[in-house]
Amino acid sequence: MAINWFKYSAPTTFYGLAGKLIPWFALSAAILFVVGLYIGFAVAPADAQQGEFYRIIFIHVPSSILSMFLYLIMAGYAALGLIFNTRLSAMMATAIAPTGALFAFISLWTGALWGKPMWGAWWVWDARLTSELILLFLYLGFIALHASIDDPRRADRASALLAIVGSVNVPIIYFSVKWWNTLHQGSTIKFTGTSMHVAMQQAMFTMLVACWLYAIAVVLARVRSIILERERNTVWISELSEVRS
Amino acid sequence: MKPRRKRFAFIVVAVAALALVVGLVLNALKNNVSLYFTPTQVYNKEAPQGRSFRIGGLVEEDSVKREKDGLTVNFVITDKHKSMPVIYKGILPDLFKEGKGVVAQGKIEADGVMHAEEVLAKHDENYMPPEAADALKKGETAKASAVVANPASAPAASAAK
Repeated sequence: MAINWFKYSAPTTFYGLAGKLIPWFALSAAILFVVGLYIGFAVAPADAQQGEFYRIIFIHVPSSILSMFLYLIMAGYAALGLIFNTRLSAMMATAIAPTGALFAFISLWTGALWGKPMWGAWWVWDARLTSELILLFLYLGFIALHASIDDPRRADRASALLAIVGSVNVPIIYFSVKWWNTLHQGSTIKFTGTSMHVAMQQAMFTMLVACWLYAIAVVLARVRSIILERERNTVWISELSEVRS
Repeated sequence: MKPRRKRFAFIVVAVAALALVVGLVLNALKNNVSLYFTPTQVYNKEAPQGRSFRIGGLVEEDSVKREKDGLTVNFVITDKHKSMPVIYKGILPDLFKEGKGVVAQGKIEADGVMHAEEVLAKHDENYMPPEAADALKKGETAKASAVVANPASAPAASAAK
């Protein structure tokens, strides 16, 4: 059975599909957040060096991973929009940006809260921290640039270029701890495996999946609003039951 | 060529060119991007002379000595090749420990000692419960004593000395 994927690149069909998917993603995200926090606080043991402080990793690492992946996905959608001139791709890129910015902010904020008791400093200008801060600024720049141009199609094209150019920063964030001397430690999750106790891993991966599901649910909800806003003068929107009532 | 393929090619080429440029710039700024210098770099005079900079490495075993005021600490930062004595007056971070990572900022005075204004602890990326850490440590000491008992079987260890 072949699915016609192009059917779902039309806002008309995607609007309905997204509406059906949101509750499932939202519900499973909520369940996994509870499970992940339970494992993280109750099951996972204290760390040999850092005691209880290390537990902030269960939100710090998933949000850092999300902030980087969401940026690449956003840049991917932006590139698709530029190349194929599809309306929905650009809307998806616009919908991802605020969630990506939120995760980048959480990553920096929890990092500062973790850095003070462990390293002895809220902030240092090392390569990892600085490149993550640039990622947050790229997200904010994308949102601001998009908002500052009135014509949405032109705004899409201009901000798409910014998103694509900024994607160069993502590998820099990932490899910064390898390429330069940094205060930030190396990657716990490597391509070859992790250097972490099993229960800690379970908590972190559960939280990671929960964050993914949350991000998908929120982005789908946001893209529905964007579709409604941008296509408000079309016939199919005026025929929607939630619009008519 | 269709316009969409043209746009695709343009984006790919532009991103590749940009990545190359950024890579070259960062490579040229290598020393400025790094947060600290290693003792070996300081020894090779790669670190700035006569002004404040950061030095990083491990706190050498049995090198931490507190002075009578209880606040001034002397210790040695090492990268296993070269080492640098440091003096610091202030509160050390909780994770500061012999054999663990540390980053100190300060100036090397005429006495050849770094007078640090700030000392930060650097921890590693391994997370495990205390029991596992103890077991690991015991395993390592067992291995080390085996090496001492039979030095012929460990040419790498003797070469390191």
